Amino acid sequence: MGFTKRGGSDEGLLHPHTLLKVILPLLIIIGWEMIAILLNNEFILPKLESVFAVLLSPTADILGYGNLITNAFTSLERVILGFLIAAGLAIPLGIGMARSDSMNDFFDSTMQLLRPIPPLAWVPLALAWFKIGLASMIFIIAIGAFFPILLNTLDGVKSVKRNWIESAELLGATRREVMLKVIVPGAAPTIWTGLRVGFGIAWMCVVAAEMMPGTNSGLGYLIMSSYNWGQVQVIIAGMIVIGLIGIGFDYLFKAVDRRSFSWRELER
Amino acid sequence: MTLTIEHLSKQFVKNGKENVEALLNISIDVRDEEFICILGPSGCGKTTLLRIIAGLDHPTSGRVVIDGTVIDSPNRKLGMIFQDYSLYPWRTVNENIAFGLELQGVPKEQRAAIVQKYLELTGLAEFGTSYPYELSGGMRQRVAVVRALAIDPKVLLMDEPFGALDAQTRNKLQYDLLDIWGKTKKTVLFVTHSVDEAVFLADRIIVLTPRPGMICETILIDLPRPRDRTSIEFAKFRRHVLDLINQPKCSLS
Repeated sequence: MGFTKRGGSDEGLLHPHTLLKVILPLLIIIGWEMIAILLNNEFILPKLESVFAVLLSPTADILGYGNLITNAFTSLERVILGFLIAAGLAIPLGIGMARSDSMNDFFDSTMQLLRPIPPLAWVPLALAWFKIGLASMIFIIAIGAFFPILLNTLDGVKSVKRNWIESAELLGATRREVMLKVIVPGAAPTIWTGLRVGFGIAWMCVVAAEMMPGTNSGLGYLIMSSYNWGQVQVIIAGMIVIGLIGIGFDYLFKAVDRRSFSWRELER
Repeated sequence: MTLTIEHLSKQFVKNGKENVEALLNISIDVRDEEFICILGPSGCGKTTLLRIIAGLDHPTSGRVVIDGTVIDSPNRKLGMIFQDYSLYPWRTVNENIAFGLELQGVPKEQRAAIVQKYLELTGLAEFGTSYPYELSGGMRQRVAVVRALAIDPKVLLMDEPFGALDAQTRNKLQYDLLDIWGKTKKTVLFVTHSVDEAVFLADRIIVLTPRPGMICETILIDLPRPRDRTSIEFAKFRRHVLDLINQPKCSLS
């Protein structure tokens, strides 16, 4: 999901790459502030300082909808729940489909058919089945996270070398040991990539799911409600928080990847 | 240890219709502690032969018997070293070598002691905590040999293990393998297409024909070890083997 190709950890502040990286964000901020001053209409484009005022008091109640932090945590809880359900289903299914031709034949066509349907297209069905509330949101999130995890698990398990499996069998491994000590660790880096991508999509889905009618908490709810009151500075502040949390989790996933799964890149 | 290969034949079904004969009526009586090289051109089925002996493939007819047991699945008495590196990249050298012992439920301290013994035997002592990707191809194959040896199999099956290495490393590993073989008293079945390698290593060379693989010659190499590749005797044997494999009955099928 990253847009940067070069790792920037060892680059100084005045290094050309670092400079190039900050130019566009700076231009956007300057342009935004100039337009905001020219327009002088907080209902269309609030000034930078109005947005920062919201961001800098994250515990202040906003229009009776709760504060930024509690709403962010509510959204996070929902994401984690839906994400865990998706992972719990997609990883075993992916391993099964990659290892067994009959399981693959059984599930593949259905998965191919369901995969291109965007998670948000499930909203009406979710409402019909689970009514308004947590279950509907979890359902949407789980659907969003499910397919990237499934596809990466399939890929990861298929990339496990036959040599690795046969060596284990020759050393006396049972089927269970082959699964736990060769296939799972061998596929782990790719499965992890699936989890990272899946989490990113789940995070996008929660915000959308919270805009469904009848929701009464979460960042998606907060920014939608702020729209109804013309509080554009809260909308933008909410969007910034959504972005920051997304980046934060992506960073965590990548850090684990670098620490535990670096062998995938180093191996040839 | 007794290992006999009795009238092995193997047919493949290719593209769902054609029957391809890979191996035809192969019989070998392997003596204990013997070093056998199976020599043949690419595609003669020598890898298939080794995989059947290891229990990874099944013969169409015939059987492999070790100590009275017919092989139909992998067996700890038979260790195998593949041409491609088969080490687990997420495990250190120590952990790779200990893997077979771990599967047997050998306690941790005992595992460490056995690993240490083999690391020293093979001059790998300082690489115990390295990961495979930190090692050269030659070192990785050394570790693969040690991993197979650690569970103390009776027979080592080696499928062109040095085929991907440069000539210098290859010579060094051949020398080291003979050293390990001398110290551990294993029986070795070593597949190769290099006459030089076979003459350097083997007590007995079994020459296979191109597809279908049949035994066309068995050559005893009674040169004393260590063998000198540059000696006249070595050259004579090399020439003898080359003459034999170039006979019509060995080169045509």
